This record gives sequence, C-alpha cells and structure tokens, in this order.
Amino acid sequence: MNLIAKPSKENIKTYVPIGLSLVSLSFLDVFVNAFFNLNFTGFLPSQLSYFLPLIIGFIGFYLIRIEFSGVRSLDILNKNINSNNFNALLTLFTIFIIIKSIPPMLDWFILEANFAGNSKDDCTGDGACWVFIKVWFNRFMYGLYPDAEQWRINTAFLILFAVVGVSFFVAEKFKKYFILFLVFVFPFLGIKLISGGSFGLEYVESAAWGGLSLTFIISAFAILFCFPIGVILALGRRSSLPAIKYISIGFIELWRGVPLITVLFMSAVMFPMFLPDGTFIDKLIRVLIAITLFEAAYMAEVVRGGLQALPKGQYEAAKSLGMGYWRMNALIILPQALKLVIPGIANTLLALVKDTPLIFVVGLMELAGMIGLAKTNPKWLGMAMEGYVFAGLVFWVICYAMSRYSQNLEKKLSTER
Amino acid sequence: MIFKKFNIENKKARDLIPQAITVLALISVIIYFATNAQINMGNRGISFGFGFLNQEASFDITFSMIEYDGSHSYGRAFLVGLLNTILVSVIGIFFATILGVIVGISRLSDNYLIAKVAEWYVEIFRNIPLILQIFFWYFAALRALPLPENGISFYDISFLTIKGWYVPKFIWTNFNIFLLSVISAFIAIYFINSYATKQREQFGKQIPTSIISFATLILIPLITFFFLGVSLTFEYPVLKQLSPTVFTYAGGVSIIPELIALALALSMYTATFIAENVRAGILGVGKGQKEAAASIGLNKNQILKLVVMPQALRIIIPPTTNQYLNLTKNSSLAAAIAYPDIVLVFAGTALMQTGRAIEIISITMLTYLTLSISISIFMNWYNKKMAIKEK
Repeated sequence: MNLIAKPSKENIKTYVPIGLSLVSLSFLDVFVNAFFNLNFTGFLPSQLSYFLPLIIGFIGFYLIRIEFSGVRSLDILNKNINSNNFNALLTLFTIFIIIKSIPPMLDWFILEANFAGNSKDDCTGDGACWVFIKVWFNRFMYGLYPDAEQWRINTAFLILFAVVGVSFFVAEKFKKYFILFLVFVFPFLGIKLISGGSFGLEYVESAAWGGLSLTFIISAFAILFCFPIGVILALGRRSSLPAIKYISIGFIELWRGVPLITVLFMSAVMFPMFLPDGTFIDKLIRVLIAITLFEAAYMAEVVRGGLQALPKGQYEAAKSLGMGYWRMNALIILPQALKLVIPGIANTLLALVKDTPLIFVVGLMELAGMIGLAKTNPKWLGMAMEGYVFAGLVFWVICYAMSRYSQNLEKKLSTER
Repeated sequence: MIFKKFNIENKKARDLIPQAITVLALISVIIYFATNAQINMGNRGISFGFGFLNQEASFDITFSMIEYDGSHSYGRAFLVGLLNTILVSVIGIFFATILGVIVGISRLSDNYLIAKVAEWYVEIFRNIPLILQIFFWYFAALRALPLPENGISFYDISFLTIKGWYVPKFIWTNFNIFLLSVISAFIAIYFINSYATKQREQFGKQIPTSIISFATLILIPLITFFFLGVSLTFEYPVLKQLSPTVFTYAGGVSIIPELIALALALSMYTATFIAENVRAGILGVGKGQKEAAASIGLNKNQILKLVVMPQALRIIIPPTTNQYLNLTKNSSLAAAIAYPDIVLVFAGTALMQTGRAIEIISITMLTYLTLSISISIFMNWYNKKMAIKEK
C-alpha cells in the first residue's frame, strides 16, 4: 500500500502532471473516436478498449485530487468536479457523453444538412433537410393567409414592436398613455387590420389565419382578457358574501379540474348547442373564450396566493383611511399582492403560450399545426424531425425569453431591503 | 340621502343585493342555455339522456386493457378509454417522479458539470410545449426505429420496433393467491413497523425495520411459489412472417408506440417541474437543521433520512400533487397522436357516432373532475400525515 503514496502536497510535482496527462489522454481517446472514428486502443481486447478511457481518466482524477494543494486553479477544479471518487466518475461520464454526442448532432444540424434548393430532391445529405423549413417558412409564419395580404400582419406586429420600443424611452409621465393604448386600443386596431373587411382591406376569414402569427394573436388576446377576469375571480373567492364566494370557487375549480383539450372540444361541439339556432360565433372567438376562461381560473389561484400572503394590517390600514372595497383593493391590496406573485403570473402566461398549439383540436393551425400539415404533404413526407425541431426551437426561444424577463422583473420590483 | 342611510345602517341588505344580482344572472344564463339546447336538440330529433351508453358501439379500439370489440356498448368503450388514461397517467407519474427527484438532487450536486446538465435539462424541456414533445417522440423519434424484421433486440426476449415495443407476457397460474400474499405481506410490514416504533419509543430499542420489511415482501410471495401452486411462465415474442415482406411478432405483449411516446413526453416534461419542487424543498430546509443534526452525532445518511427529507417532503408534496394532477390532465393530449384515451375514444369517436355532444362532453369533464379531486383528496390526506405535528 505504501508503494504508491496518497496524493498530497508533498508529491504534487510528480502526481499532477501524470494525473493531468492521463485525464487528457482519456478525453483525447474519446474525442478521436467520436470525431474521426479512430480507435487508438484497438489492439486491446474489446471490453478493455471500451472502458480504457474511463479507467485512465479515473486514475488521473484520483492522482490530481490533492486537498489544500496551494494551487488555486487545481483547488477550484477539485472542488467543482472532482471532490470524491463518485463525483470523478460522474464528471467523466458527463464529459464522455457530451463529446460522443457532438459529432452526430453537428452532422445532422449543419455538416450533413442541406440548405440550398427548393424541393425534397435537393436534400441529398444524411442530415437535416432545412430546405423544408425554407420552402414552408411563409406558411409556418402566416398559415394560409393570402400572400398578397401578409403585409397587414407584418404591419400590425411592427406597430406593436414600435410602440413597445418607444414606450421604453419616453418620460415616465407619458408611459401610461402608451400602456393604455396597447391594452385598450391596439388589440382591436390590430385585429381589424388583420381580419380586414373595411377601409378597402380585403376580408380574410379566421380559418385562413395560422402559423406563428396566430400563436401570438391568441396568446396576446388570451393574456389580455384572462388577467382581469382572474383578478375578479380571486377577489370573488376571498369575498365575504357567500353566494359570490361559492360561485367563484365552483367556477375556478371546474376549469382547473378539466384538461384544456376537453374545454376546446366543448367550445367546438357543445357550445353551439347552447346558442339560439342559426347564431354563429367565429371559431377563433370561441377558442379565445375557452382559453381565456381556462387560464383565468389558474390566474385567479395565483392572485389569491398573493392576496392571502398580505398581512391583515394592510386591509385594516386601508379601511381606517376610509377607503371602500374597490378603492382599497385597487390602490393598496392588489399592487402589493400582484407584485408578490409575479413568478406565478409569469408561469401562468407561459403555460398559456405553451397551450396554444392545442387549438388544433378545433381545426385551427398555428405553428405546430402547420408543421403537421406540411409533413403530410405528399411531396414532403418524412420531414417530421426537421419540422418539430424547428417548432421546438421557436417555442423554446419565446418561452425562455419570457421566463428570463419575468425573473428580471421580479428582481427589479423587489422592494425588500 | 335615503341611499346613504340604507347603505350604512342596513349591512345585510347591502350585502344581499350584489349576491342576488350574481345568482340571478347565473340562473338566467343557465336557463337561456338550457332552453336553447332543448330547442336545438328538438330540431335535430335527439332527446337528452344517457340511454345510449348501453347501445352497441360498433367501433374498434387499438389498445385495450380489458376485453373489448365493436359489439360491446358505449359504456364499455368509455371504460376502456378511462383505463387507458389511468394507465398512461400512472406510468407517467412513476417515471416523472423518479426522473424529477434525480434531476432535482443533481441540480444541487457539488459537481458543477452535473448541476449544469440538470439545469439545462430543466430549461430545455420545461420551455417546449408538451404537445410538441409528444409530436417529436411520436412522429420523429419513434418513426426512426427499425421494421419488425430487424428490430432492436434485448437479449432476444424483448424487441423494439417501429410498430411498438414487444415484451414478454406474464402467464400466471393461481394469480389470486399470489396477489393475496403480496397484500398480506404489506399488512405484515405495517404491523412490524408499528411494533418497531413502539419498541423504539418505549425502550429505545432499534429494530432494523427496513431489512425485515424487505425480507417479508420477498419471502411471503416466494412461499406461494413453492407451496401454494403459484407459478409464472413467460411467453416471449417471436418474429413471424405474414407475407414475403411483412413481418410481425407473435406472442408477448405489444406496447404501442403511441403509449411509449405519450409516457416519454409526459414524464420528461413533468419531471422538470418535479425537479424544481425537489430542489426548492431541499433548499428550504434550513442549514441550521443539518448542522444541529451533525452536532448530535448523526451520520450523513441519518441526517438525510431523519432530518432533511421529512422536512423537505413537507415543502415538496403540495406542489408535486399539482404536477401529478397536471400530468393526468395533460394525458388528454393523447388525442393528438391517436392513443385511445378517454378523450379520443369517448369525446372523439363516440361523439362523432352518436352526436350527443352535451352528454358526452359532460361525462368526460366529470370524469376528469373526479380523477382530479380523488388525487387531491389522497394527497391532502398524505400531506396532513406528513405535516408538522405541534404538541
């Protein structure tokens, strides 16, 4: 046992170089194997050759595990990835898997992928056929909206971005007008622009809308409406009036207990039965109502959490100033309660955005639905992977950005000292 | 003036008015909808009622846990759908919990790489809509599997192919006796545990309950194999040629790709949320608790088992219950890839055939409500058991 001394500060000069070279050797072996398909250790028995990098790496990590070595970078390395034998093994496995999975991913996404061309025949490589995305890109963004009229959707979103952008730079005094415009005027202006039918704009029925722009439209409207309804429901649930309280509870629990897909089914097949014969409500509007009510119930529970977290003194203080119920809630209670539950609100809105693809059950096609349509096109069969990877990336960017923004907002509005 | 007087002095009346207005509005909306529904159904010549549940369904279902074919009733079809929903939910909950706990603990690992990998797993799978993940597994990943004739074989007892995963079938004799023995083993374990607790509390004696329980669980069912005539054989799937180019597997159980895709997507998606709950729960246990436990001489495992976990579970359970509920509700996305769950079978096919929208949608929604409420009642009970008992 004393033949090999335990790695310590005394023998650091010999052990660290040996250990580091062993570790690098093991990574090199895996790297060369993964990228160039060469096997250095092919002369060994296959089992041994397979596990050799792991064994060398493990010994290497053991040799460099020197506590209080006095070398700063070595200490940091040991603390973070090499604190004991188990951690060293985990580290090796993780790095090997990452190295192993890079080449196939790289091949599929870029090296073997096809970017040029405009039909399936142009895809000759083994990798992804990004031509598919390129050709269908317009459809993925705008659905079946007529090509000539797509500038209307673009204009609506450009106005939105412009107004939001400008509102960041104007004085605090004018900000509220921008917000009022965005909340109360713009949505209806935008929807008029997109649907048309007046001002000389050609009417485009909602069945033709689709793609990513529909995702945005539905999300925006549902967010806009579900928030106030959710707040009212939350206040209703906390009300001291029994009838209002129990109706709110019943309403909230009903929506929270059922999946969105059944609610959408309901809006599609059951709701028309409840209307006078001959009345027809546009499919998109029915879907919007369904999603709004559904998410409002979740929003109500989030807001209720905030209301419950407020100390009683806040209510009493507001009342002692002579405020009525509505003034108390609007000026004292809700601003504090909502700030407390920003993460919850953000999560609900995220869930809403992630739920929009479900509208396929009523036949509306946003991004995921359009990909479903495109991949069943006889000329483009077998493109499911590319399509869903693309859609996944798009949704991921949107949702990740939203969650990051909410985290920042939470930090910014935090008044804790 | 009158209004003001009324406002101040008559609180009861003041409270009554908004309530009365709300109730009246609700009732009038319901009546309006009901009359419309009646007129509409009258026009279409259908009458409200649940008698159709006994009629012959005359459609087939691709995957069923109980005996079913087209000659069975709509009620039976509903049951098949419900069982399929429960099956995929249970599988999903099982794997989501395991994966979620592993990822959640990994996020707190000392190992920087492991913590980062776990973090990115959560960030990636949480921020992609579940329906897209289901589509990805079903239409892209599982479609890349080989045809039956060159399926991926696991030691020749199980085969993974594009048509599903073929696994050996368990053939039991006297299964009832085996089941009874397992149940009695659990009852025995319960008594052993309560006896051990009593011994510990009264005399301070430590009894190794976990080993004894484990042994009981193995031994009692094992006895039935040797003495009570229980036996278990396996029927392995075997490749069979239907025609020169078409192959399939005979025997065994086929797990359809829809179920695999759905269970994979549901558990990987829900695991991210459970992981966050686990992380929050473990972080929520104060550092002082661990230090106090260490200072009275508990070792690392004891600290985790006796001090950290019981407290962390209290924080973890309520939000995780919500995730279980969400998973159950999300299993309805099965309809998108034609996994025959309750939505597809009942709210889809049965509704199209009978046209009874109101009855069928109501039954479906009520079923989900019942499922949700029963899971939450169970978890509330468990939560109460785990809650701090203040003396």
